[in-house]
Amino acid sequence: MDFIQLGLGRWLHILAGVMWIGLLYYFNFVQVGALKAAAADNTGAGITKHVAPRALFYFRWAAVVTWLAGAMILGKHFLDAFLFLKPAYYPIGVGAWLGTIMLFNVWMLIWPNQKKILGMVSATDAEKNKARRVAFLASRTNTMLSLPLLFFMSASGGIFRTVVFG
Amino acid sequence: MKNPLDSLWGTVICGLILTLILYNIIKFAMQ
Repeated sequence: MDFIQLGLGRWLHILAGVMWIGLLYYFNFVQVGALKAAAADNTGAGITKHVAPRALFYFRWAAVVTWLAGAMILGKHFLDAFLFLKPAYYPIGVGAWLGTIMLFNVWMLIWPNQKKILGMVSATDAEKNKARRVAFLASRTNTMLSLPLLFFMSASGGIFRTVVFG
Repeated sequence: MKNPLDSLWGTVICGLILTLILYNIIKFAMQ
């Protein structure tokens, strides 16, 4: 049982996490700049029509799988981490909260607004402009939060926690 | 004042600063 929860669970958490954060970095480090450049010569349609919807599909579902696998790894220590009940779980508690905030941003801010931007739901030009700004800032916020998230994840277990936090 | 999240480097620097702040809070709390 421990093998499934901790062994396979952690593997799945990392696999899905790489896909989630990898696509987040793709959006922020590649696509935003690419769409800006494409706007100059009107060549962005291919990205918004064929690339962005596929990337967003894997992005938002990888976020769910990452969170669920993370919760599975925590198991009976879920509340120890989220409520900061035991010092040993403080570092992963921070990671868990950051991941939860980021998941909220994906499903409540980025995805609903991207649907307006990409024309999956009807929206006026003014609504699309507002949606662009909200989705952009939520995406940038997640990029910012990913730095401490990955730090606390990688420094939360065994020898790593001892070395980093004493 | 310009929003630092409008720039990619501003976003990365904010992330590093936040990491440093949270690290010190948690390190202090664990002592």
